Amino acid sequence: MINISDSATKLNSLNRRMFILATAKIIILGGIVSRLFFLQVKENKKYLTLSDKNRIREWKLPPIRGEFQDYFGNTIAGNFEAFQLHIIPEEVEDFRYVIYRVKELLELSEKQFKKIIKKKNEIKPWETLIVSDNLSWEKFSKINNHLYDLNGVKPVISISRDYPYKENFTHVLGYVSQANENDLLTNENIKEKFVPGLKVGKTGLEKSFEQKLIGSNSVERYEVNAYGRRISQLAFQKGDKGETIKLTIDTKIQELSNELLKEKAGSICVMDIYTGAIIAMNSSPSFDPNSFVFGISQDEWQLIRNNPMKPLVNKSLSGNYSPGSTIKPLVALSALENEIIRPDFTVQCKGHKNPLELYGQTYHCWKKKGHGFVNLREAMKQSCDTYFYEVARRLGVDRLSITAKKFGLGQKVFKDIFDNEKIGLVPNTEWKKNALGRNWVLGETIITGIGQGFIQTTPIQLCLMTAQIANGGYKVYPQIVANDDNQYSDKFAPLYKKSQNIKIIQDAMFSSTNEVRGTSYRSRLDDPKYQFAGKTGTSQVKKITEQDRELDLKTFQIPYQERDHALYVAFGPYKSPRYALSIIIEHGGSGGTVAAPLAKKLFRMIVDRHEIRKNYDNKKYLNI
Amino acid sequence: MYQHTRFNNKNNFFQKFGNLDYILLSCLLILGFISLATMYSTDGGEILFHTRSHFIKFVIFFSMMIVISFINIKFWFSLGYLSYAVILGMLIWTINFGITASGSKRWIDLYFLNIQPSELMKIFIILCLAKYFHRVKAQHVNSFYAICFSLVIIFVPMSLVIIQPDLGTSLLIAISGIVVLWFAGLNHKYFFYSCLLSIISLPIIISFLKPYQKLRVLTFLNPDRDPLGAGYQIIQSKIAVGSGGFTGKGFLKGTQSYLEFLPEKHTDFIFTLFSEEFGFIGSVLLLLIYSIIIYRVIRIGALSRSYFAKLFCYSFGTSIFIYIVINMSMVLGLLPIVGSPLPIMSYGGSSMLATMIGFGIVMSAKTHSQQSIA
Repeated sequence: MINISDSATKLNSLNRRMFILATAKIIILGGIVSRLFFLQVKENKKYLTLSDKNRIREWKLPPIRGEFQDYFGNTIAGNFEAFQLHIIPEEVEDFRYVIYRVKELLELSEKQFKKIIKKKNEIKPWETLIVSDNLSWEKFSKINNHLYDLNGVKPVISISRDYPYKENFTHVLGYVSQANENDLLTNENIKEKFVPGLKVGKTGLEKSFEQKLIGSNSVERYEVNAYGRRISQLAFQKGDKGETIKLTIDTKIQELSNELLKEKAGSICVMDIYTGAIIAMNSSPSFDPNSFVFGISQDEWQLIRNNPMKPLVNKSLSGNYSPGSTIKPLVALSALENEIIRPDFTVQCKGHKNPLELYGQTYHCWKKKGHGFVNLREAMKQSCDTYFYEVARRLGVDRLSITAKKFGLGQKVFKDIFDNEKIGLVPNTEWKKNALGRNWVLGETIITGIGQGFIQTTPIQLCLMTAQIANGGYKVYPQIVANDDNQYSDKFAPLYKKSQNIKIIQDAMFSSTNEVRGTSYRSRLDDPKYQFAGKTGTSQVKKITEQDRELDLKTFQIPYQERDHALYVAFGPYKSPRYALSIIIEHGGSGGTVAAPLAKKLFRMIVDRHEIRKNYDNKKYLNI
Repeated sequence: MYQHTRFNNKNNFFQKFGNLDYILLSCLLILGFISLATMYSTDGGEILFHTRSHFIKFVIFFSMMIVISFINIKFWFSLGYLSYAVILGMLIWTINFGITASGSKRWIDLYFLNIQPSELMKIFIILCLAKYFHRVKAQHVNSFYAICFSLVIIFVPMSLVIIQPDLGTSLLIAISGIVVLWFAGLNHKYFFYSCLLSIISLPIIISFLKPYQKLRVLTFLNPDRDPLGAGYQIIQSKIAVGSGGFTGKGFLKGTQSYLEFLPEKHTDFIFTLFSEEFGFIGSVLLLLIYSIIIYRVIRIGALSRSYFAKLFCYSFGTSIFIYIVINMSMVLGLLPIVGSPLPIMSYGGSSMLATMIGFGIVMSAKTHSQQSIA
């Protein structure tokens, strides 16, 4: 039995302790409330941001790429609507059935089908599976007709690159393809705008002008759950299309040059001699850049890669060729400028029986019987090698190289626009000493005088050289992008000492094309409207032996790789020159028979198109 | 005279009915309503499994509480040891034949419902110890025997729960027991020394912890250590509460829970969801309701005549308070994460059952406040 006093002590202690604890409870409760206050009122902004960061995610869409236009505003690299087929695996009830049905409808090969299945297994079920990225209209409509049967299949129209002129502009524009790791590493801009499936320029202008062309991403803002699934779209922010870049190229002439180079390996460059605008620039063989847009097939790629004519090389810019006789105007000019010779300087060309002999080496003219006594004009007209051996010997390679560099040889024509442009090579004594560690020998000067030996030029350099001779000897800066407002202080700076010398060279080139016995006489155009002046060139790929000289084989009798390159540089119309061109046919044979006839066809069109170009300019001027 | 006492002792039904604590009852009903609304929100604004189940459980257990309130407090006094023994038996049964879920054996299958005996133990340990100390004389409270006995009462179920393993609940059981010891008048120095001892032995205890428990402690100390792994729950919970702001994001508009960033939103983290949707104001109001409930429980204890009833009410009220504090501190990032539900709000039948039994006994103390127990 518990007595009263005992019970009372216990109750006292109990109530006392309850009081202590009640006080503690109030303090603790205060602590919880202050914590709530801290989190929800004081730090609210911080946590609100974190919460939004949790739930809001942005999706970038591929930007729409800027277009390329030719001089007349025709789209030469545009965008087209590609028909694609997307499947979100999660939204498909019976994936197996649907995918087999799609396989049947699209007539997919077993290999393609396996690739799709593999891709499906790699992605999350709510991510988009791209079954086909470029369907033909027939297949696309076929899918659309069977949609009732294909739950979860989405026919999508997406924007993609299109080159309407196919192989015509390949070497100028380059092509686009899926951005790879290397693109991301080397270009910050691509990295920033990257989305799976983004196409970026791989070569040519597509690559050089990536920054301008790429545009900006559209952004979709979605609310997502903890697993990254999209719940609802919150916002859509439209991106800007990339800049449209207008080129100076005339598509008609470009197409013609492509036509002329068909089945051949070579290059054609056409340039406005006053503005430096590139009218056409073509390298052959070419390929269809459209096949790269959605990834080229292995077979097709091997075909392009292993073609002995090297379609992947842009020969206009990256082809290093011995200029052959096309260097002769420059050699003559240099000699005149340095007052080594006068136009009436005469040399006797004695033919193969009595070649020029120097330190035990013999130097033959191309003509077996020899040209007899020739002066400068005659020597240029008939391309007499002996004459230019003598001129070169007197001139010396160093003085020649100064003139050659002045006229644009040995340096890039387009600064940094094309990353594959070669600088060629203009040799001099110092160069040889530094590069090869040996002294220059006179024999090398002699062959440099006819554009053989160390000297290397690209077709576009030859074109620029010709242009600068044609415009009276003034410096021009070639441009391929229209309205290029780069101002060069030395634009139109005279490159001559005496302008009479340029006249002499122009006249000599005129004789070569338009007078009897000229090397390209057969390719002349008599109508003064079209009449042009030019210089042929035939550059040897291998040294001609005594045996070869005796055999005197025709071009088709020599193996392809050993045939001469055929070259031709020209400007016209002769009365008031406006355009210059250079033509190179690799292993084509002689310049006079293979390259020069192409110029004839080109000049007809170039002169005709000039009217249109002028009118287009004027009209544009009025419109403004 | 005799008539009078008899009349007093044997209250009739209507008198008992009138003696019910209506403030407590209405607070519990409000809380039940809030918990249902929150559960509705966790189900994504639809009446799905959790809402329905929670509703049924609340209705059944609330009615059960009313029934319990009409049972004489003496009955509960007499049941003190027996019920403890039965729950202990159930705990042993759990260890052998329990249902395993997410790595621990916590439930036993009673055919019509799965029950978690450890949750019930939180209440019945109070009942048992209250009965024990009711009988112990004042001068014997601090005797060696009494302390040993009560420690055994605490340690046996605690260790049985630890091996389930369920550290959180076992700690809560221990706390419930210790609270009773405190109220019973155990000398302060024992609490002081044991506190000291546990702080000293903390490194040893930590070495005995399971890797996931160690991780929890480490994560609590620095949640950014592993934000997507162990720290995820606490970071997301803080973000949810913090982003709620002063007035909250609005009912059914808690993005953190809707978009499934919140873990365990039905059970331990229910307060996070509530706080995100109703903000600081809502949270303080919820705390106020809890405070009123606890105040009423203690008030009933103060008004009771018997020492047993007083001890039970005080201990029960304090325990509920501690459960709430631990749960909230946990979701607010003040304590490491231990599994401890928020009474009545959290989804979970056993917890609700235990809590309602507790409130029932408290209510019974109210209706039988004049009852003295020998």
